Amino acid sequence: MRLEQPDGRGRFGAYGGAFAPETLMPALAELESAFVDAWADPAFHRDLERLLTTYVGRPTPVYHAERLSEELGLHLYLKREDLAHTGAHKINNTIAQVLLTTRMGKPRVIAETGAGQHGVATATACALFGLDCVVYMGEKDIERQALNVYRMRLLGAEVIPVTSGAGTLKDAVSAALRDWVASVGDTHYVIGSVVGPHPFPWMVREFQKVIGEELRNQLDGSPGSPTPDIIVAPVGGGSNAMGIFYPYAGDEGVRLVGVEAAGFGIRTGKHGASLGEGSPGVLHGAMTYLLQDRHGQVLEAHSISAGLDYPGVGPEHAYFKDEGLVEYASVTDDDAVVAFHRLSRTEGIIPALESAHGLAWIVEHAAELSGATVVLNLSGRGDKDVQQVAAMYD
Amino acid sequence: MTDTAQGNLQSMFARAREQGRCALLPYLTAGIPDADASVEIFAAMAQAGADGFEVGIPYADPLMDGPVIMAAGEAALDHGITVDIALDVIARVVDRTGKPVLAMTYVNPVLRHGIDAFFEKASDAGASGVIIADLPVNEAEPFLAAAAAVGIGLVLFAAPTTDDARLDAVIASEPVFVYAVAEVGVTGERTSASDNIAGLAARIRSRSDVPIVFGVGISTPEQVALAAPHGDGVIVGTAVVRRVLDAVSGAEAADEVGRFVRELSIAARGHRT
Ligand SMILES: Cc1ncc(COP(=O)(O)O)c(C=O)c1O
Repeated sequence: MRLEQPDGRGRFGAYGGAFAPETLMPALAELESAFVDAWADPAFHRDLERLLTTYVGRPTPVYHAERLSEELGLHLYLKREDLAHTGAHKINNTIAQVLLTTRMGKPRVIAETGAGQHGVATATACALFGLDCVVYMGEKDIERQALNVYRMRLLGAEVIPVTSGAGTLKDAVSAALRDWVASVGDTHYVIGSVVGPHPFPWMVREFQKVIGEELRNQLDGSPGSPTPDIIVAPVGGGSNAMGIFYPYAGDEGVRLVGVEAAGFGIRTGKHGASLGEGSPGVLHGAMTYLLQDRHGQVLEAHSISAGLDYPGVGPEHAYFKDEGLVEYASVTDDDAVVAFHRLSRTEGIIPALESAHGLAWIVEHAAELSGATVVLNLSGRGDKDVQQVAAMYD
Repeated sequence: MTDTAQGNLQSMFARAREQGRCALLPYLTAGIPDADASVEIFAAMAQAGADGFEVGIPYADPLMDGPVIMAAGEAALDHGITVDIALDVIARVVDRTGKPVLAMTYVNPVLRHGIDAFFEKASDAGASGVIIADLPVNEAEPFLAAAAAVGIGLVLFAAPTTDDARLDAVIASEPVFVYAVAEVGVTGERTSASDNIAGLAARIRSRSDVPIVFGVGISTPEQVALAAPHGDGVIVGTAVVRRVLDAVSGAEAADEVGRFVRELSIAARGHRT
């Protein structure tokens, strides 16, 4: 069963909680009460609504991808988070968290980023509110998402390269948490997904569930807008998937599929399928599924998509997996790149590589889904990935 | 009590109190530069006046550690230092020096072993207690139970940011000692002295007689001398680890660290208030 909110210890069933250095614990408690207070305050909702409507561009449209639907023999609808300001769903969370930061009176914001979309969305919200912004980004991701690095700097953020580990998202989250241990007095950590210690997974889900709530109104069963049979979303940390799934979780007749990165292929061990292949443990402050060795050392993930290149996943997804509310599958780098091209050519929409994983799963299962109404959460646009994909064909 | 590992730790604190000084507990990651050499370095530190040790079990994602201890952990992992090998280093240090040893780790390796199994192994290795850097008091219950079952201690933290309610909870859990975090931040060397020490010590002391050990950001004899009057012990980590990482050989590291620990040990004699 879907939970309104985690229990008193911040748990979704066995998952979640707050495993963090003591130095941070009071800030997590402060954040929880600030969030609870704001979320119950009509004035906060009014401010947020106004920004989501006039600044972010919500509601994002649902587009019936007719050409591709015809090719696949199903009814494919795209929830166009790529059309949200800055080009991904990440802005839903950052606008709300930065609004909350101003309520808490903290002048400085830090964030981690993988694909750079969360970094850009955080830098954008900080520019809007006049806050200082520091973004940690793995060295490898700085290379493969260069466009977003430049965007962050244009927006006035400082981008700090992270060289530890594999130089990807996990290392960036760790670096941001280390900064926060030292700066917690005047700094809020705008975490970029439904991960991290309580209350982050719950709070970020609440800020992202607007995606699924809109979809319910947009595909409501009236003529021309059939209700979904199946909703598909890519899963990195899990925020876009949680945002679109949560309002539907537990509904009869709607199948929910989260698509993780299979990277070079599950059997190669080089992937990001934490739910599919991982086991329970603690990463970045939460009990969840993660990729780890038999000694409990966290393993490096691999994905062509920086946003899915993460060895953990949000704890509420771990709960959904165990409860059977959502199915979790995976798609390889190669299949995602094929889907990236296919959507570009057939519909004139260049998707983020993350989102292309979701489409690739739909393509792979088209026969089984014949005639069904399928919604893909098109979590972001692919401009950031164009260089990387182009380089593959040089 | 003195014939158990936990008793050994308690006697160390009692002796220090009697002598009006503060116990010196250097930290080093197990297995750097290699397992044998790290045992030798601990032995040299014991010779130089260390009262006990914190031995780090290398972990790939240490959220409470700055760049130096992170680098040491990575180096140790690259050399194949597993939890079991680190516990073996601890057993050898206990054997060799007779000093109380705390095993320092993070939550995930403990969970992976199974909480009870991990504490049993730590106890078998002769550890007096366990320090888990990302374990706050609210999640500590099963760990406290496992520690109690094998008769070793669990250390809990108090930070300058810890409020009174949390401090009460920490004290009520009866940790073997309170690790008082001297600096708001991760482990690392600081040039200035912490101004949190006296206040934090007073807040703990007003509640309990539990031993107080300061750590994080204490890296010079001067800083040790300033902390010594306020606590029962002081942990010096990064400054030791850095010397080991910078040395060209295990033998040089043992010499260098031995000299350094002697200075720290003199500083720890500063009279208690
Ligand atoms: C467009 C896009 N989709 C998906 C993701 C994955 O994150 P999450 O699983 O939190 O939605 C990212 C992360 O960077 C992203 O940029």
